[in-house]
Amino acid sequence: MSLRIVVCVKYVPDATGDRHFAEDLTTDREAVDGLLSELDEYAVEQALQIADAADDAEVTVLTVGPEDAKDALRKALSMGADKAVHVEDDALHGTDVMGTSLVLAKAVEETGYDLVVCGMASTDGTMGVLPAILAERLGVPQVTLLSEVAVADGKVTGRRDGDAASEQLEASLPAVVSVTDQSGEARYPSFKGIMAAKKKKVESLDLSDLGIDEEQVGLAGAWTKVEEAAPRPPRTAGTIVTDEGEGAKQLAEYLAAQKFI
Amino acid sequence: MGEVLVYVDHVDGAVRKPTLELLTLARRIGEPVAVFLGPGAEGAAAALAEYGAVKVLAADAPEFAEYLVVPKVDALEQAAKAVEPVAVLVPSSAEGKEIAARLAVRLGSGIITDAVDLEAGAEGPVATQSVFAAAFTTKSRVSHGTPVITVKPNSAAPEAAPAAGTVEQLSVSFSEAATGTKVVSRSPRESTGRPELTEAAIVVSGGRGVNGAENFSIIENLADSLGAAVGASRAAVDAGWYPHTNQVGQTGKSVSPQLYVAAGISGAIQHRAGMQTSKTIVAVNKDPEAPIFDLVDYGVVGDLFEVVPALTEEIKARKG
Ligand SMILES: Cc1cc2nc3c(=O)[nH]c(=O)nc-3n(C[C@H](O)[C@H](O)[C@H](O)COP(=O)(O)OP(=O)(O)OC[C@H]3O[C@@H](n4cnc5c(N)ncnc54)[C@H](O)[C@@H]3O)c2cc1C
Ligand SMILES: Cc1cc2nc3c(=O)[nH]c(=O)nc-3n(C[C@H](O)[C@H](O)[C@H](O)COP(=O)(O)OP(=O)(O)OC[C@H]3O[C@@H](n4cnc5c(N)ncnc54)[C@H](O)[C@@H]3O)c2cc1C
Repeated sequence: MSLRIVVCVKYVPDATGDRHFAEDLTTDREAVDGLLSELDEYAVEQALQIADAADDAEVTVLTVGPEDAKDALRKALSMGADKAVHVEDDALHGTDVMGTSLVLAKAVEETGYDLVVCGMASTDGTMGVLPAILAERLGVPQVTLLSEVAVADGKVTGRRDGDAASEQLEASLPAVVSVTDQSGEARYPSFKGIMAAKKKKVESLDLSDLGIDEEQVGLAGAWTKVEEAAPRPPRTAGTIVTDEGEGAKQLAEYLAAQKFI
Repeated sequence: MGEVLVYVDHVDGAVRKPTLELLTLARRIGEPVAVFLGPGAEGAAAALAEYGAVKVLAADAPEFAEYLVVPKVDALEQAAKAVEPVAVLVPSSAEGKEIAARLAVRLGSGIITDAVDLEAGAEGPVATQSVFAAAFTTKSRVSHGTPVITVKPNSAAPEAAPAAGTVEQLSVSFSEAATGTKVVSRSPRESTGRPELTEAAIVVSGGRGVNGAENFSIIENLADSLGAAVGASRAAVDAGWYPHTNQVGQTGKSVSPQLYVAAGISGAIQHRAGMQTSKTIVAVNKDPEAPIFDLVDYGVVGDLFEVVPALTEEIKARKG
C-alpha cells in the first residue's frame, strides 16, 4: 500500500526584509515579500527522500495561509511533491498556534496520512511547537527535531540532537515528525520540476470543508492576545576602533571599564 | 495569591539556572510550586526552596527517560489538575517548549513561547517577547485557560527568597500516548568544562573568519580567559569546525548574555536572531562594513588572528 506523506509548509514574510506588524498587531504581509519558510524546505526534502526509498509513496504539501501562500505550495511542488492542499479562509486572519494546529490537524485527517513531516520552526513565529501539538491533536507519536530520519517496516526512526544528549528515537506509523536544518541540504527545483509543478493539483479547502467554526480561529478566536508591539529601540551607536597594533589593548580597557575583566 | 507551577529543568538532579530564574519570575504572579520529574528530587529540593518554591511535587518513573516528551506532559497535566495554578511556567528549551505546548492543548489553554520577561497584569500574566530577530518587542497574554508560558534563559537574575520547599510525591498515571515514541538509545554530550551556552554570562563566538577547526582554539582561549561559553556561526558549524550544539542563531541556540563577543562573524539576520538581546556586544572583524558593527557597543576593525590572541594575553595579564 502506498505511503501517504503530508508535509506542512508555512508561507512567511522574507526574514531578510524589514518585517513588522500591521495595525491589528498581526504580521504585516504587505511590505515584505512572502516565501516558503526556508526551514520547511528541509521538511520537503526529507519527505521526498523517504518517498524515494519507499516502494510506493505520495507526497502532499499542505499549507494554512492567505491566497499568496500558493507560492509556497508551488515551490514545494516544483521540488517534487505530488500534490498540494491549501486551506484558505478570510476568517483565519490572526489565528494563533492553537487555531492553526486545529486547522492543520483536520486538514491532515481529511487528506489521509501515514506520516506528517514538518519543519523545526517557522522563520516568522519561530515557536517550534506546532509539530508536537499536531501529534497531540492527531493522537499519534511525535518524533521531532530530527537531524536524521528514515522510514521502514511501518516504523519511523531518527536522531534527535538535544541539549544534554543525542537520542535515537523510534515510533510506529502513523506519526508526526519534524526535521532540523541539519537533516541535509534541500534540493533546488529543476526547470523540469518547475514546468511539471504547473500541472500538479492544488486543492483549496475552507473552514466549512473541514467542519471548523469561524469562532474557533482568527484573531477573535485566538487564546493569546498581543497587547503591544513596538520596534526595539535602536542600539546606541558603539565605539569602533581600527586596529593598528593597539586594538586588543583598547578592547581590554573597554571590557575592564565595563567590569567584565 | 494563587500558585504557579514551575517545571524544573535539571541534569541528573542538578537544577539548571533557568529554573531558578523561573522561580524568581513566578513570584511576581503567585506562589511557585515546582514540579520535579526523574530521580533526585530530595537533593534538588534545597535549591528550589531557596529560590522560593513553597512545594516541590516530585515523580520518578522509568518512562520519563525511556519515552519522548509525553510522559512528562502526563505528569505536568496531573500536577496542574491537582494544583489548579494561575499559570504554568516552563523553561524555553526545545523539549520544554514541546512539553508546554502539549500541556496547553490538554488544559484548553493558549500558550506563549520564548518570553524574555513576565509581569503580573489585571487580566493575568503579561509576557514580553522579542520577535522578528529581535527587531520588535511585544507584550502578550494568554486570554483563554490557564496561561502556559515558556521563558528563555537569562530573562531574569535569580533572586533567593527562601520558602518551605516541602517535597510531596505526585502520583502519575501514564496515558496511552506516553509510550508512543521510544528513546532507543541516548549518548550524553561530553562536558567541555565551560559554562552552558544559553546560561553563560559571557559568550565568545567564532565565525567563518576563524578559517578552520584548528584555529578555534584561539576562540576557546579567549573564552577561557573570561570564563565564557563558546559559540559559533552556522558558517563555522556547516564547515565542520565546531559542533552544532554550539551554534548561535535562529536554528541554533538563542543567547542573551551580559557580554557577547563575535569574532569573524558578519552579523547575518539569522545569527542576530540568536544574540541581539545580549546586553553588551563586542565584535572583531576585518571588514569595517560588516553588519555586525551596527549592533556593537565596541568594535575592533582588524584581523582576529592578531586581535583575539593579544586580547587573551591582555586579559590574563590584567587578571594576574
Ligand atoms: C512574531 C510572532 C510571534 C508569535 N507568538 C505566538 C505565541 O506566543 N503564541 C501563539 O499561540 N501564537 C503565536 N504566533 C502565531 C503563530 O506563529 C502562528 O499561529 C503559526 O501558524 C504557528 O506557529 P509558528 O509559525 O511559530 O510555528 P512553528 O511551531 O515554529 O512551526 C513548526 C512547523 O509547523 C508547520 N507549520 C507552522 N505553521 C504552519 C501553517 N500555517 N501551515 C502549514 N504548516 C505550518 C511547519 O512545518 C513549520 O516548520 C506568533 C506569530 C508571530 C509572527
Ligand atoms: C533558514 C536559515 C537559518 C540560519 N540559521 C543560522 C543560525 O542559526 N546561525 C547563524 O550563525 N547563521 C544562520 N544562518 C546563516 C546566515 O545567513 C549566515 O550565512 C551565517 O551567519 C554566516 O556566518 P559568518 O558570519 O560566520 O560568515 P560570513 O558571513 O562569511 O562572515 C565572515 C566574516 O568574517 C570576517 N573575517 C574573515 N576573516 C577574518 C579575519 N581574519 N579577522 C577578522 N574578521 C574576519 C569577514 O569580514 C566576514 O564579515 C541561517 C540561514 C538560513 C537561510
